[in-house]
Amino acid sequence: MAAAEEASRPFAGLSEVSISEDITVEGDISVPVGPSTRRDDELSTLDEPVRETILRDLRAVGNKFVHVLYPKRSTALLRDWDLWGPLLLCVTLALLLQAGAADSDDQGGPQFAEVFVIIWFGSIIITLNSKLLGGTISFFQSLCVLGYCILPLTAAMAVCRIVLVGGSGTVSFAVRLVVVTASFGWSTFASTAFLADSQPPDRKALVVYPVFLFYFVIGWMILTFSPSQ
Amino acid sequence: MASPNDLQFQEFEEAAELLSADPGASTLSMSGSSTSTPAATTVGGEDVKLDLSEDEEGREESSELLGGQKPSGGFWTFEYYQSFFNVDTMQVLDRVKGSVMPLPGRNFVKHHLRSNPDLYGPFWICVTLVFSVAISGNLSTFLSELGNPSYHYRPQFHRVTIAAVVIFMYAWLVPIGVWGFLTWRQGAERQIGGYSFLETVCVYGYSLSIYIPTSVLWIIPFEWLRWTLIVVAMVISGSVLVLTFWPVVREDTKVAAVATVVTIVVLHTLLAVGCKMYFFQTAVHVPTTAPTTHPVAITMATKAH
Repeated sequence: MAAAEEASRPFAGLSEVSISEDITVEGDISVPVGPSTRRDDELSTLDEPVRETILRDLRAVGNKFVHVLYPKRSTALLRDWDLWGPLLLCVTLALLLQAGAADSDDQGGPQFAEVFVIIWFGSIIITLNSKLLGGTISFFQSLCVLGYCILPLTAAMAVCRIVLVGGSGTVSFAVRLVVVTASFGWSTFASTAFLADSQPPDRKALVVYPVFLFYFVIGWMILTFSPSQ
Repeated sequence: MASPNDLQFQEFEEAAELLSADPGASTLSMSGSSTSTPAATTVGGEDVKLDLSEDEEGREESSELLGGQKPSGGFWTFEYYQSFFNVDTMQVLDRVKGSVMPLPGRNFVKHHLRSNPDLYGPFWICVTLVFSVAISGNLSTFLSELGNPSYHYRPQFHRVTIAAVVIFMYAWLVPIGVWGFLTWRQGAERQIGGYSFLETVCVYGYSLSIYIPTSVLWIIPFEWLRWTLIVVAMVISGSVLVLTFWPVVREDTKVAAVATVVTIVVLHTLLAVGCKMYFFQTAVHVPTTAPTTHPVAITMATKAH
């Protein structure tokens, strides 16, 4: 009650005020044109150079890459999701997995289209699975997270190709095995760090298992990559 | 400052509101907290029916009611499909355990599914089986060719596609056939004895789960071990199916009953043996100069086509 009195004291004398009708009210309600147009230019992206536009998106993608490499329980990937990063990673991985086999029968490794289909359809199915089990994450956010977490595996693929240049004996296989296993673990850990909070508590394993299987299959494709002779 | 009683009232009021919003919903039995129930019904002022029966039959009845509820919405809504994924981790693990260790008295559908068939198990078990068969087959080919200097390792990725087509067709078309046949035979009595389509798919899906460890163990390159494993797996997996379908088919004529069960077992055997023969071929080196004396061996060569 004391607080109400305090609040009403500034307006205490308001009831006594009356405006006589012969006071003219005049003024200008147009907004002054001066400095605000410059502010509008900064906000509008229509006139900026193309390099600015592209760099802004690339910086956003790069920022998310950094978040994947050092996964903490953060919402950066979820808040502003984009699918440029996953597309970039998927195309890079599919290109690197091209065996270019001279004996181009179907005994070889996965073709470009197969890798593409596995990654995108795999992500879509895992997202649908998590939503059907009652997850609260949105469709594109989940696609974004799963796609970005392929980054460690793509890096492992690049390392494997470099190692294979030096030879394909047992030592190189051991090195590749260690690298692929480490990056598979990293990918799974990173994606569960981002996805964990949005799942119902007693179904977490049901949602994590398909993610594990997905990265395991991609890791298998990377490990069994054998260059043509 | 709210007293603990007020907090309890609020919980029950929420449940009462939910129930009044959807009077068709079934209630689950809750054990305990019987002291607050009389107060809740008077305070809520609504007709709250809580099934407090503590015995097993009461719980089974209410869970059957819950399962028998039609999925909400038409087939074009998301909620319709969400009702098929209404399982927890422990339930899925329990169902997998039940399919791996079938006991003679336990019907998989009645004991483990309990009117809550799910699509999570069948789908992901099939996917896992596809990849485990393809990967293990590739590894076994590699191991069997280990001493061969002219062998260049190939990932044989096309096997994944073939395995996927075969296993998914088996796991989804055969239940359609079995369910359709059983429904046709049952006629008007379908409600009493038959299984719904989802339950049939569920049984078939979960019965394939024993093949996953079997396919991994098939990497070990001893033929006698492989045949032993396949026989054991077929017995376990087949008995899950037989134990499930025998009570339904039993009331039919003798011939039809036996024929149905035999067909189910034969199809299952074909799948297992076919997978083994195709994916886990023993490598036979066809010598380039001398003709081989075993024409059968040629058909089992490593070239798949």
